[in-house]
Amino acid sequence: MTILHEPEVVEPREIIISRRFSDKVFRAILVIGGLFAFVALSGIFGYLFITSLPVLQYAGISFFTDSFWYMGDTLLPSQGSIDPPQLGIFAMLWGSILISVLALSIAVPISMGLALAITHFFPKIVSRSLTFVVDLVAAVPSIIFGLWGAYTLTPHAELWAKWLNRNLGDVIPIFSVEFEYFGQSPFMAGIVLAIMIIPIITSVAREIYGSVPRDLITGAQALGASRWTMIRSVVIPFGKSGVVGGAMLGLGRALGETVAVFFVLNIVTGNVNWFNILESEGGSVASFIISRFGEASPLEVQALFGAGLALFVLTLVTNATATLIVNKARRRR
Amino acid sequence: MSKVQRGTRPWRSIDSTVLLQQLFVHLGTPILAMFVTINSGISGYSGFLLVWFFLHLVTASLLGKLGKKKKAVSDSVFEVLSSAAVLVFILFVLSVLQPVFQLGLENFQVHHLFEDAKDTGVDTSLDIGGLGHALLGTLLTVGLATLFSLPIGVLAALYVTEVRGILTPFVRFFVQAMSGVPSIIAGLFAYAVFIASGILTYSGFVAAIALSILMLPTVARTAEEVLKLVPDDLRSAALALGGTQWRSVRMVVLPAARSGLVTAAILGVARVIGETAPLLLTAFGNREYNLNPLEGPIATLPTYIFQQFLLGTENDVRRAWVAAFVLLVLVSIVFSIARLISSRFKQA
Repeated sequence: MTILHEPEVVEPREIIISRRFSDKVFRAILVIGGLFAFVALSGIFGYLFITSLPVLQYAGISFFTDSFWYMGDTLLPSQGSIDPPQLGIFAMLWGSILISVLALSIAVPISMGLALAITHFFPKIVSRSLTFVVDLVAAVPSIIFGLWGAYTLTPHAELWAKWLNRNLGDVIPIFSVEFEYFGQSPFMAGIVLAIMIIPIITSVAREIYGSVPRDLITGAQALGASRWTMIRSVVIPFGKSGVVGGAMLGLGRALGETVAVFFVLNIVTGNVNWFNILESEGGSVASFIISRFGEASPLEVQALFGAGLALFVLTLVTNATATLIVNKARRRR
Repeated sequence: MSKVQRGTRPWRSIDSTVLLQQLFVHLGTPILAMFVTINSGISGYSGFLLVWFFLHLVTASLLGKLGKKKKAVSDSVFEVLSSAAVLVFILFVLSVLQPVFQLGLENFQVHHLFEDAKDTGVDTSLDIGGLGHALLGTLLTVGLATLFSLPIGVLAALYVTEVRGILTPFVRFFVQAMSGVPSIIAGLFAYAVFIASGILTYSGFVAAIALSILMLPTVARTAEEVLKLVPDDLRSAALALGGTQWRSVRMVVLPAARSGLVTAAILGVARVIGETAPLLLTAFGNREYNLNPLEGPIATLPTYIFQQFLLGTENDVRRAWVAAFVLLVLVSIVFSIARLISSRFKQA
């Protein structure tokens, strides 16, 4: 007889539902990493706000509604100022909005044409290389656009501006000017910004236009639509929110652009250029900051942080709206 | 055996008469436009293009009308408008690149890459000195910024793809919102934290902080895209083998997405390598080599271009163009590498 070994009874392993300690640490680290963007944004807001607080308290709401920028003796009244400063950035805020809207009005039609050409018009090889060029332009540094604006564009755009002013200045008020010097106008800043934001708008629009369901296109064709009718009635309505979102992203970029605008715009405080886009004066918050920062007194630095705060909030709101719109458009397809 | 029909595009069929008409429209109108511009008061390239545009529009729609297809008119008008958009864009792009290459190559000398600007004053001849200090400064600050932003960006992306907790939509939203922070604001922030508070002076480290704020969203979003491409099977398999989540991420997920993460880093570099405004506030600029990122102003290519161009003398502007050329070449290299890796990644 063989002796059977008593079989060892294996206890069923306990199933652990709770995570191991190492995983808990790991996930906690990931949460910290995930929240970093939020922390950074709050940090930026906090630092801008705290640094500019004395100036904001002094100037109050008129900091955002006045246009006069006068440093006086660079002391606040509480510090015993005899010649108190006057601080207002409205002209700069308005100037930023003016050149950005101008840039959008140039860039959106061109971007739509480009995106439609890439997705529905050109053969694949051409489309692919065009996409490559668009992406490459998005990577070109803004300082190079600044050089281009100052060196290449200005001589040409002066002629265009002169022509617009001579032929349309009396009919359309935005083309009228007070002084016939056409350089360094919001018009030029608008053109430079337009070239810089075309890649952004185009890539969003291209993505949305390229994702139009095939059934809709073939359906339209089966109903007898020509190419243009198909695009007008199917592709453009389908991609509308994508283009709007892309345009908002471009707007955010244009509002925050600094160096390129600095090279082509004559920044003038104290006088709001409401809509005379060919006039050689304008404003931009970001370029204003860079133009003043170098030789600013401590008080002016605080005031410039206030301007930065206004710009930050403006671009953040624009971008958040854009993100929501684009995400909605992407989800729908 | 039945033939498998390939997808066709019926709206793209072009028969020979239409082809002839189109040839006439596309080749005939520029010649016509040339005649008009030469024989009338309108002058210059922009005038020529404008005349061409309108002539093209008119002839294209007329030809459509001649073909007795009403719809063809709107079709050809759309075609002209769309190609005009492409043409305008291409022309602008060429006019941006042309002076950089022409003036840059004209004045470029190899020693510019290695020498600093210690011995050059205002309007010194280009035979002396160079931009090596700025090139090195750019590599140093951008490298440091990559060092800061890559780990955090990957962590943020891992949160979205691995933890998938309730905060996911918020994390993505804030990362996207952060991508819209104007570059000058990032500069102001770094200035307020480190320089205004007296912790550091103008230095490469502060510049790297400002740049990493701009880099982080690009890195995080690209990393998220590539981590999403890692199949869930791999994660499950790693867990089934008894790995903890940490080990499955470290030994399976991250290695699988390695080349994609490299792309993320490179795209981040491409995003910030040409930034000027934040560097003017944080790195300021310098005329000689500075290898210590913690102390003293440091020159970078963008700030070098900015300062040389504003000096305005003939030789200094030339130096600015040389630097712009070097910067553009650098950007193109980085961009091409990113493209190459990401296209390989997509095929895999």
